[in-house]
Amino acid sequence: MAKKLGKRMRQKQVRKNKWYEFQDKSFKYIALAATGIGVLVLCVLLYDVFFDGFGRLDWKFFLDSSSRKAKNAGIYAAMGGTLWIMALTTIIAFPIGIGAGIYLEEYNKKGRLSNILEVNISNLAGIPSIIYGLLGLEVFSRTLMLGDTAITGALTLALLILPIIIVSTREALKTVPYNLREASFALGASQWQTIWHQILPASIPGIVTGAILAISRAIGETAPLIVIGAATYITSVPKLPNESFTVLPIQIFYWIGKPQHDFQVNAAAAIIVLLGITFVMNGAAVYLRYRWQKKVKW
Amino acid sequence: MKIEAQDVHVYYGQDHTLKGVSLTVKKNTVTALIGPSGCGKSTFLRCMNRMNDLIDNCHVKGNILIDGVDINSPSVNINELRKAVGMVFQKPNPFPKSIFENVAYGLRVNGVSNKEYINDKVEWSLKQAALWDEVKDKLKKSALALSGGQQQRLCIARALAVEPSILLMDEPASALDPISTSKIEELIYNLKASYTIMIVTHNMQQASRTSDKTAFFYMGELVEYDDTRTLFTNPKKERTQNYITGRFG
Repeated sequence: MAKKLGKRMRQKQVRKNKWYEFQDKSFKYIALAATGIGVLVLCVLLYDVFFDGFGRLDWKFFLDSSSRKAKNAGIYAAMGGTLWIMALTTIIAFPIGIGAGIYLEEYNKKGRLSNILEVNISNLAGIPSIIYGLLGLEVFSRTLMLGDTAITGALTLALLILPIIIVSTREALKTVPYNLREASFALGASQWQTIWHQILPASIPGIVTGAILAISRAIGETAPLIVIGAATYITSVPKLPNESFTVLPIQIFYWIGKPQHDFQVNAAAAIIVLLGITFVMNGAAVYLRYRWQKKVKW
Repeated sequence: MKIEAQDVHVYYGQDHTLKGVSLTVKKNTVTALIGPSGCGKSTFLRCMNRMNDLIDNCHVKGNILIDGVDINSPSVNINELRKAVGMVFQKPNPFPKSIFENVAYGLRVNGVSNKEYINDKVEWSLKQAALWDEVKDKLKKSALALSGGQQQRLCIARALAVEPSILLMDEPASALDPISTSKIEELIYNLKASYTIMIVTHNMQQASRTSDKTAFFYMGELVEYDDTRTLFTNPKKERTQNYITGRFG
């Protein structure tokens, strides 16, 4: 009797094992398919853009500004504007974002207030960018009377990426082992000395990576800049931050809205340039992380 | 008396972790704190250099006098206190820097910038920690390349460099192999001449080998505190007897 029961149990176990094996395999293929879809869409997108725009890329395209004739139009002003915005946003957002991240992670006592702060900062990172545009329009452009200038654009984008920088800074600081802090404090180092000599050097790869990714998001933004009134037709690069400006995404947006085919080609070419910039920045972030990680080991 | 603890209570939020511990420690002695996990011995050790201050919801009550000064009084600078009361942790935790910089760090955060002085002090500290001969040719190498035992002695050297008078050790050999452990124990014995040492350990033999006095903690209370030999051969409390003979813990 017992023997028979044992046999039946074994058979049941075998059936179960087969089912688990099937589960295992099928999940692997589902995951593979999901990855494949992502890569495929990216490839189609890249192919489409390159097919349309690659032939249009020449030096003249980089040196010409807006023009009514598609053949004479280029991205000089937009490139210049993008670089301005990049630099200004970096100058504004990095110190504030990293500073806030350090405060929240290292100084702020854990409690009710810090929880509220934390949740809200994460929420801010999820707010649609056009809302930031409206805020920028009201606060910087109108109230502070900065107008539709590069500085308004940079301030708005800085606000937009602040939560991202704060969150990524905190994540980077969290990866520093607690015993490193203890070791430093136990030697009589002050909090600032501990942060400056131990915690920042150990977490700087993560902080910089996060910040670069945030900036690369900022230069791809269109909506908030349209709201604050960035120019769509402009023939010169701003010499000072208080001049009107345009950026690559807006230039692309403007060209795509035109009925003539040649402008669509211009747009495709500009997209290649914009993609190139973001790829280079993301690549730099990956490279920096890799380089630094080799240096700092636990 | 070097250290005098009077009715020390520690609370982590609602948890009453240490319940009225009083003990005194003489200069240039080794005191072992033993007891099962969670008995409060590490917590007590961490009161000595106020490491508990780093924990947000931790409160300490009672007086701890070091050289007659209440270390919890507002006039005491916590960074100065930690320079005077060095600490070595359970897991070796060298900084991800060179061996030299690890030892020099305590001096640098002290504002010392005289190169010669730092060089001398690093050499002296490494010699004190019996590590000099093993690392003198690779001071510029990363401290993380050292073995666990060497790292722990480096941490001791690092603590000694700022010239503390008390050395706290939180299970300093628990992550080490027997040979490294015996080196650390030898070191503790030699350091006793110049420092007052408090050591937390789970290893009863270690406590009896290295210490002059032993304190047995249980459930946040100091059960028994006596000369090590007396405590291990002739404990007065039954709980101590049960613990040191391995009946629980």
